[in-house]
Amino acid sequence: MESVVGRSGLWFVLIILALAAYVGAQDPGFAAHALIIGIIAFGLMIATLARYDPMAKAQSIFRMPEGPSRYYDDVIRWGVIATVFWGMAGLLAGLVIALQLVFPELNFEPWLNFGRLRPLHTSAVIFAFGGNALLATSFYVVQRTCRTTLAFPGLARFVFWGYQLFIVLAATGYLLGVTQSKEYAEPEWYVDLWLTIVWVAYFAVFVGTIVRRKEPHIYVANWFYLAFIITIAMLHIVNNLSMPVSFLGSRSYSAFAGVQDALTQWWYGHNAVGFFLTAGFLAMMYYFVPKQAERPVYSYRLSIIHFWSLIFLYIWAGPHHLHYTALPDWAQTLGMVFSIMLWMPSWGGMINGLMTLNGAWDKVRTDPIIRMMVLSLAFYGMSTFEGPMMSIKAVNSLSHYTDWTIGHVHSGALGWNGMITFACIYFLVPRLWKRERMYSLRMINWHFWLATLGIVFYAASMWVAGITQGLMWREYDANGYLVNSFIDTVTALKPMYMMRAFGGLLYLAGAAVLTFNVWMTIAGRLRDEAPLYQATYDAEADRPLVPQPAE
Amino acid sequence: MTDPMVKETVKGHKRIERNVTLMAVATLITVAIGGLVQITPLFYLDNTIEKVDGMRPYTPLEQAGRDIYIREGCYTCHSQMIRPFRDEVERYGAYSLAAESMFDHPFQWGSKRTGPDLARVGGRYSDSWHVQHLNDPQSVVPQSIMPKYRFLSETDLHIADASAMLNALSTVGVPYTAEDIAQAENDLYGQADPDVDLVDFETRYPKAQVRDYDGDPSRVTEMDALVAYLQMLGTLIDVNSAAAQQELAEETGR
Amino acid sequence: MTDYETLRQFADSYGLLAMAIIFVSLCLWPFRPGSRDRNHYAAHSILEDHEDGE
Repeated sequence: MESVVGRSGLWFVLIILALAAYVGAQDPGFAAHALIIGIIAFGLMIATLARYDPMAKAQSIFRMPEGPSRYYDDVIRWGVIATVFWGMAGLLAGLVIALQLVFPELNFEPWLNFGRLRPLHTSAVIFAFGGNALLATSFYVVQRTCRTTLAFPGLARFVFWGYQLFIVLAATGYLLGVTQSKEYAEPEWYVDLWLTIVWVAYFAVFVGTIVRRKEPHIYVANWFYLAFIITIAMLHIVNNLSMPVSFLGSRSYSAFAGVQDALTQWWYGHNAVGFFLTAGFLAMMYYFVPKQAERPVYSYRLSIIHFWSLIFLYIWAGPHHLHYTALPDWAQTLGMVFSIMLWMPSWGGMINGLMTLNGAWDKVRTDPIIRMMVLSLAFYGMSTFEGPMMSIKAVNSLSHYTDWTIGHVHSGALGWNGMITFACIYFLVPRLWKRERMYSLRMINWHFWLATLGIVFYAASMWVAGITQGLMWREYDANGYLVNSFIDTVTALKPMYMMRAFGGLLYLAGAAVLTFNVWMTIAGRLRDEAPLYQATYDAEADRPLVPQPAE
Repeated sequence: MTDPMVKETVKGHKRIERNVTLMAVATLITVAIGGLVQITPLFYLDNTIEKVDGMRPYTPLEQAGRDIYIREGCYTCHSQMIRPFRDEVERYGAYSLAAESMFDHPFQWGSKRTGPDLARVGGRYSDSWHVQHLNDPQSVVPQSIMPKYRFLSETDLHIADASAMLNALSTVGVPYTAEDIAQAENDLYGQADPDVDLVDFETRYPKAQVRDYDGDPSRVTEMDALVAYLQMLGTLIDVNSAAAQQELAEETGR
Repeated sequence: MTDYETLRQFADSYGLLAMAIIFVSLCLWPFRPGSRDRNHYAAHSILEDHEDGE
């Protein structure tokens, strides 16, 4: 009883604080956020007082297995569900803004204009979809490779739900115009502070679990997860240093200005790619590819070199986002040189992943999950070749500011991050819900082809769009005048934007197939379907030919 | 981990692979080097930002407009960084100098040009062009894919505390004077409202433009602030002056 | 000489050389003969527990 009173008292204090913040808020965005927190706290207080356990109800809806299990997997199940949910949301937002670029009438001011929806899309796919995939897989992998349960299960639950709150605050903030305009670091100061708290807790759970491991060696996947957690903390804190105008208002001003701010931001921005979308996902590769292929990683020594050279080189590459700007030349050159060197560890890692299948290449034909992993590695290889190439200043002078960059990002994000995440979801769901297999393997196959085709449409159209745009901007006629006005280039891109939206639609359709498949698997259903690949066997025909006497 | 037989032979990289603290520290050092080497010198090397005349902090109205520019995500489609290429200089104006964004917290260089660069858009179009364009871009440029921003004309400019805004900026290094901060509220609305008496405004903010921007002198709207910001972009330094040309000529490698 | 020139000169000469040497030797380190068994063990460690603790 006392704990009930204590906890509801805690929620009550939070409600009062949120109400006070709402009343004193300096701007509508901050007021809305105070209201959201107040409503959540109110709901939790009522639930506590009524001794109603919303978690138990929700867990039964999602058919989470009850009873003791060897590992602490509840939070991982929630992570998988959140990954699927935010994946759909983020891809849908992407499709909407792609269509807005073709049909500007689809902008609904003020909340659903392109400028506010675009950060919603990027944050939803990177931090909500990718972030939840990283949370779920890291908690899964660290327990298995350390042969121990999570160090602080309560704190792990806080990390998960606290992270969802971060996502909700960030997303609603964008729609309300709460942003500090630093790409991929748009949330304002108070949301940043909250994420810092969640992140420290995440670090504690992850390292705590490693400390209590029963296995002497720390498996390489955990190095990558660790580097991801540490580096994101460093980047997040430094890049978000800012001065709030008021402690009851959403606006803040960056601690840095102009050229210093630009380099700090792209040091952050490029390494959000390098450590969030690369190191963390390489950790997934180093665990799930060997597990699904049932073979050890091709070269463990290569993985050691891969790790240290990747994390060392990546951090220098940021200035390639600022070629030919007012950033000093020496910094641009440094950024370019390290970006090109980065090609090597990237491909080293890709080769290490692909060669893990050495001797089991037939699985690419028979196992749709392996096929997804191989495709994701192929896209990883492609975009880590394209990236260094685009960081060469001469190439960058054409590609910068154009859709080529968008195409490059999406071949990495849809191809590499998306596909490896989907493969991990297909790996995890049957194991976490104790099912024999996914509801349907054929649907995985459908997902694979829809997504692949979607990426092809997306990347190809954006390459063409980017190069068209870059060339049209610099086109001169015989008399030395610029040929195209800016609006000419916008008009010229319309068909490509249309094709891009179609590619996005295909990719979203693939993810919808995944959602259905996961849903049915959780519901405990198995689709009655012909196996994907099975050599036919006809017992009748399996006999020696005997000459038949003529009738 | 607790196995003594294992412990005896642990050395070299093996040690890192078995000690999470060592691993974490080594990782942090490895990832910190690049940023330290690249970012720290920018604060100390004198040649990072050229010295040019004419730069001044934003007026409260321009800063409010800038905050609206950020709020609406204009940077997702418009850059403010002209690169030193012939076509860009002919299309948008003289290439951008580091000094021109020295008071930009945060910077707005952008990364994508779905629309044109805006670094020197100030003074290129009339106020009424901007207002009409923001209200309905397609009415001015039929093929434009820009969203409409009609609500800006309908929303009164509301800054909870203009002095606090300048104060926060001054904390992070923008050289606002005590008088600037004291006068912030008056400056904010006075710059768009010819009926308000401004005190030393033009001495404190040289080249600041005082007028009603949105065509509705009866009130100060968000449209006033945004257009005021757009109309001052790139107008502070005289890129054609002899001194500026000298600076540009001495620069190498850009 | 300005700070910039001093740093630039170091970075372009001994700094570069030192980094290259450190990099190459670190790359060769995992390939020394003594580490073979250990790496083999580590690579196989994740495959031992086939049930994944379900």
